[in-house]
Amino acid sequence: MNQKLKHYGINFGIILILYFILFGAINSGVINGYHEGIIIMAGINIILAVSLNLTTGFLGELTLGHAGFMAIGAYTAALASMNMELPSVMQLIVSIIIGGLVAAIFGFLIGMPALRLRGDYLGIITLGFGEMIRVIITNLEITGGAVGLKGIALLSDFTNVYWVTILTIVIIFMFINSRHGRSVIAIRENEIAAEAVGVPTAFYKIFTFAMSAFFAGIAGGLFAHYQTVLDPKKFDFMFSIEMLVMVVLGGMGSITGAIVSAIFLTLLPELLRDFSDYRLLIYAILLIITMLFKPSGLFGTKEFSIHQLIKGRKQSAKGKIEAGGSE
Amino acid sequence: MFEDLGQQLINGLHVGSIYALIALGYTMVYGIIKLINFAHGDILMIGAFLAYFLVRAGVPIPLVIIISTVLCALIGVAIERFAYKPLRSAPRISALITAIAVSLFIENLFMILFKPDPRPFPTVLKLKAISIGSLKINGITILTIVLSAILMILLEFFINKTKTGKAMRAVSQDKQAALLMGININRTISATFAIGSALGAVGGILFSMSYPIIEPYMGMMPGLKAFVAAVLGGIGIIPGAMLGGVMMGVAESLTKSYISSQLSDAVVFGILILVLLIKPAGILGKNTREKV
Repeated sequence: MNQKLKHYGINFGIILILYFILFGAINSGVINGYHEGIIIMAGINIILAVSLNLTTGFLGELTLGHAGFMAIGAYTAALASMNMELPSVMQLIVSIIIGGLVAAIFGFLIGMPALRLRGDYLGIITLGFGEMIRVIITNLEITGGAVGLKGIALLSDFTNVYWVTILTIVIIFMFINSRHGRSVIAIRENEIAAEAVGVPTAFYKIFTFAMSAFFAGIAGGLFAHYQTVLDPKKFDFMFSIEMLVMVVLGGMGSITGAIVSAIFLTLLPELLRDFSDYRLLIYAILLIITMLFKPSGLFGTKEFSIHQLIKGRKQSAKGKIEAGGSE
Repeated sequence: MFEDLGQQLINGLHVGSIYALIALGYTMVYGIIKLINFAHGDILMIGAFLAYFLVRAGVPIPLVIIISTVLCALIGVAIERFAYKPLRSAPRISALITAIAVSLFIENLFMILFKPDPRPFPTVLKLKAISIGSLKINGITILTIVLSAILMILLEFFINKTKTGKAMRAVSQDKQAALLMGININRTISATFAIGSALGAVGGILFSMSYPIIEPYMGMMPGLKAFVAAVLGGIGIIPGAMLGGVMMGVAESLTKSYISSQLSDAVVFGILILVLLIKPAGILGKNTREKV
C-alpha cells in the first residue's frame, strides 16, 4: 500500500511540476498565445481520445459517432453558460458538467438499444446517430442553425483545461483498474464467457458507453468555451474518425497510448502547416500502416509509467550483472 | 395530390435503384469476408471521375461505361489485395478501421489530385421524357431503373448458376469447408470485389448523370446510404440489398417533398435505427444465435 502511495505521489509531483513549467512559460511569454491554443486543443483532444478509448479500446465496441456526443456537450454547455451569471470558473465548471450530463443521457439512450446489437452494427448506428445530431443542430433555431452559435464567453484557459484533463485521465484510469474496469475488459475479451461467469454485460456496456459520452460532452464544453463560436460543420463524421485515429494509433486499450497519440496528432498538423492539404492523407497512411504492421496500435494494451520505467532500468542493470557473473 | 405522390415515388425508385446497385457491393463483400467495405463509396466516386474524364476526351458513352467499370473493378481488387488480405486473420475491428483508412486515403488523394471544387458532369445522353397521363418520367430515370434491374437479374443469375457464383456462396457459408472442396478462396474473394466494385462504378455514373456535379467527397453520402440500405434489407442477402435500396430511395424522396429536405438524412438514419431495433438482422435477415 505504501509503495502504491509513493507511486501516486511521484505521479502527482510530475503532474504538478509540468503544470508549473507550462504555466510559467505561458505567463512569461516563452509560449505565446498561438502555442497556448495548441496546448489547450491537445488537452481537449486527450479527453476525447481517452474517453473514446473506453468504448473502443476497453469495451471493444466500435463507435463512429463520438463527435455527436461532443457536439451535444458543446452546445448544451454553451447554451447553459449563456444563460447564467456566475463567477467565471464556477460558470465554466457548472456548464461543462451540464453539457457532460446531457451527453451522457444521450449516450445512455442510444446505448441502451444499440448495445443489443453486436460489433459492426453498433458502429453504423453510432455513425447514423452522429450524423442525425449534426443535421438536427443545423436545423434548430436555438443552436444558431448552420450559421453557428456565437457569443459564448471565453472561459477555457490553460489552467482549466489542464486540470480537467488530468481529472478525466485519473477518473478513467481508476475506473479501468477497478473491479468494474476488469469486468469491462472481460466483456471485450469474450462477451459470452463474461456473461457466463456472472458479469452483468448489458449494465457494463451501457454504463461504459454513457461514461464515454459524458467525457466527450465535457470536452465539448471546454471546446465551446475556448472557441467562443460553434459551427455544426465541425462535428462531422470526419471529426469522429480523427478521434478514432488517435485511439487506434495509440493503442486500443492503452490510456497513455491515447494521450501520447492525441498530443502527437494535435501537433502534427501544426508542424505540417505548409502541407495542410496532405494532413488527412498522412492520417490515412499512418492508419493503414499501423493496422498492417501493428494492428493493436503503437502501445497495444501496455501502459507507460514512470516507476515501471525506473524499476525496469534497475532490473535490467541487475540482470546484466547477473548475466556477467554467470560467465 | 396523387400525381405528386406518384412523381415522388418514381423519383424514389430512381434514387433507390442507384442505392440498390451500390448496396450490392457492400452486401456481397460483407457476405463473403464479413467486412464493411467503407471504401466502396469511393469506388463510386472514382467511377464518376473516370467517366468524367473519358467523356471529356470524346469517348462514346457505352465505351465510357465499360472502361470505367473495368478500371474500378481492378481498383477494387487491388484494394482488397493490398489492404484487406493481410488482415484476414486479424481482429475484425482492425480490418474495419483499415477500410475507413482506405476510404480516407482515396478521398484525400483525389482532393489533392483534382482539387476540392465541384465540377459539372457533362450531359452525355439526351433522352426523351415519357408522359403517362399527367406523370412525366425523365429519360435518365427510365435508363437508371431499367439498367439497374437488368444488372441485378444478371447478378442473381451469376450467383446462382455459374461456377464462380456457386464458389462465392460456398465461401460465404464456410471458408474452411470451401477450401477442402478445392475452391480457390483468394480468387473467389477477388471476383467478389471485382463484381461489387463494377456495380458500384455503374451506380456512380448513373448517380452523376442524375445529379450532375462531381467532387472527391461525393461518394460518402450515397455510400453511407447504400450501406444503410444493405443493412436494412439484411446484410449478405442480395434481394435484401435491392429491397433496402428502393425503400431508402422512396423514404428519402417522400421526406424531401413532404417533411423537410434538410432533415431527409436524419430520417434515413432514424429508419435504420428503428428497423435494427425491431429486427436486428434486417428485413429479410434471419436471426442467428451466437454460438458458445
